[in-house]
Amino acid sequence: MHERPLSPHLSVYRMYRYTLLTSFANRMAGVAISVGFVLLAYWLIALAGGAHAYAQASALLATAAMKIVLALVLMATVYHLLAGIRHLVWDTGHGLERAQSQRSAWLIVGLSIVLVLLLGWWILGSRSHP
Amino acid sequence: MKAVQHWWLQRLTSVALVPLTVWFVVSVLSLPSLDRPTVITWMSGTWTALLLIAFVVVGAWHSRLGIQVIIEDYVHGAGNKALALALSAFVHIAVAAVGAFAVLRIALGGAA
Repeated sequence: MHERPLSPHLSVYRMYRYTLLTSFANRMAGVAISVGFVLLAYWLIALAGGAHAYAQASALLATAAMKIVLALVLMATVYHLLAGIRHLVWDTGHGLERAQSQRSAWLIVGLSIVLVLLLGWWILGSRSHP
Repeated sequence: MKAVQHWWLQRLTSVALVPLTVWFVVSVLSLPSLDRPTVITWMSGTWTALLLIAFVVVGAWHSRLGIQVIIEDYVHGAGNKALALALSAFVHIAVAAVGAFAVLRIALGGAA
């Protein structure tokens, strides 16, 4: 741990609100998806465990509280995916100018909202026509 | 882990996770239902099983790298930090192992 280089202290940079928000949101989204992976492993092992185990897991995952958690994980996934692509583009050296990064911040937020609405429409629509 | 290695693994896993995540979300939402027989039939396909194992393992790996950075930033004290990192490693390895084992068991027909 000691040999890892440290970033310059944050106060060195002039931070803009959108930069702080998109970066912090990306971290929090990542944490939410980590929780999602624990739930995915639980769902998979219950599925492998047999009909009874799967029925129990399905009942738990269908509670109102868990539906909210799953919806948040899905939203986090959409945002983290888009923000991650933005980071990968930055790694190629593109889009780093302030005006460009401000534009891409709005772009990923806007696209996230559109994609979440589309996914929500898909999920709710497919459930009403089983 | 060296910082450069960490940086590379974070990027490599990100690049792999872009298509894997899109595939996973679209595939699960496309299933006609989440009844056990429907999901098991889907998961028994060779490509589905392989992609799903890749998604769980690479996802857990990427998650471990990300959580590591958060622990290094926010958890103070060498002891606490080491403990948090060890706990994170344990949970992530468990998620990857449990997920991969479950998919293999289903795909190989051991979960009838």
